[in-house]
Amino acid sequence: MEAKSFEDSLRRLEQISGKLAAENTGLEESINLYEEGIILAKECYNKLKEAELKVINLRSGIEEIFNKNDEKGD
Amino acid sequence: MIEQNDILTVAEVANLIKARLEENFYGISVIGEISNFTAHISGHWYFTIKDNDAQLSCTMWKSFNTRIRKPANGDKVVLSGKVTMYVPRGTLQIDVRDLKPAGLGDLQIAFEKLKKKLSDEGLFDARFKKAIKKLPVRIGVVTAAGGAALRDMINVARRRFPLVEIVLTHAKVQGDGAAEEIVSSIEELNKLDNIDTIIVGRGGGSLEDLWAFNEEIVARAIFASRIPVVTGIGHEIDFTIADFVSDLRAPTPSAAMELSTPNQNDIINYISDFCNKNEKRVQERISLLHQKIDRQINSYSFRKPEGMINDKYQKLDNTFLRIQNFIDNRLNESGAKLNLLTSALENLDHRNVLKRGFTITRQDNKYIARSSQLNTGKSLEIIFYDGTTFIEKE
Repeated sequence: MEAKSFEDSLRRLEQISGKLAAENTGLEESINLYEEGIILAKECYNKLKEAELKVINLRSGIEEIFNKNDEKGD
Repeated sequence: MIEQNDILTVAEVANLIKARLEENFYGISVIGEISNFTAHISGHWYFTIKDNDAQLSCTMWKSFNTRIRKPANGDKVVLSGKVTMYVPRGTLQIDVRDLKPAGLGDLQIAFEKLKKKLSDEGLFDARFKKAIKKLPVRIGVVTAAGGAALRDMINVARRRFPLVEIVLTHAKVQGDGAAEEIVSSIEELNKLDNIDTIIVGRGGGSLEDLWAFNEEIVARAIFASRIPVVTGIGHEIDFTIADFVSDLRAPTPSAAMELSTPNQNDIINYISDFCNKNEKRVQERISLLHQKIDRQINSYSFRKPEGMINDKYQKLDNTFLRIQNFIDNRLNESGAKLNLLTSALENLDHRNVLKRGFTITRQDNKYIARSSQLNTGKSLEIIFYDGTTFIEKE
């Protein structure tokens, strides 16, 4: 999942939440939406949990990955 | 009014003086030199302002001094506030609301001039402020590579939202050519089409150190940036021209990154909230439908066929019972008949005849009922009740 679609996914979750809250959404649609939402939510969660900060130095062209686990002291 | 011979308490007099002072010495500005400066642990400042001929006690409460650079003894300052009385001690003091270095330096004058000019042009107007993206994909950072500000910003980004990419464009942040480098970095980032936010950042320093951010070209580059700009320059108390013109001013570089990134914990909470809330919703929906179905089943229209079926069952049961009874009766009748027949048969049993003294004659294993059937020249047997007698003939 691209970072851009992370935002799309969250937006879609919002949408799904709205539809699931609406009274006129049928049971089958609700269950389909719920399923879709849970999959999206899981994807987003994993994406965040696995993310490593990337710093691109535009001048030198060097890309540096900052692993979550080697936090430097402030 | 106080009458000449009125006897007043000390507190009454002190409070009257306090009231008079506050009425008449409100909003005054005083120029002088600071001495006996004490910053109390509570955050309040206590000092004396003096010149060659006089001195006055001053207080500056924490709520007013947080955005003021802390002065040192000997500093020439212009302070403004009101004169009041500290009643418990009967001392007179200035309640200081603002404190500025006296005699603005050249930089300070240049700052004020440019600030006024750009402000008059409308560069600081709220209507030009662009919204900062809540979920950025790429953040351009204009700062010194290897500086503490960059390190702080990276740490904040990694902690808050590691999904973001940081695109660093190094710029000198102080000294000759710093302003030009900052400008070209901002312009360079604006040439990229995938940058959501630009952070212009620098750690704390003196007015001279931060001067690049007070240059007109920097202010204009920030204003011209099509990408929203967040500034985090110096500390809380430092305001630069760049801060006024940027879309969002943060007190420090770290804070600038905080304001430019969402907190991943909020997103995770949102996600788990989504799951819980909607699981509940779907479950409720299902149980609601269950209830509806139950209601339908129990409703009159649904119970009617059920009733009808029950009626039929009952009818069927009744019929079956009747048939059962009928058969049972028949069987009983038959049983009685059978008994009757049995006794009738018993009556017909030949042994009863033999009992009464009659005999049966058999010849060649056949019963001989008539004398014409009997061959007198052959053997025969006579069956009595109590036994059989064989009569042998040759």
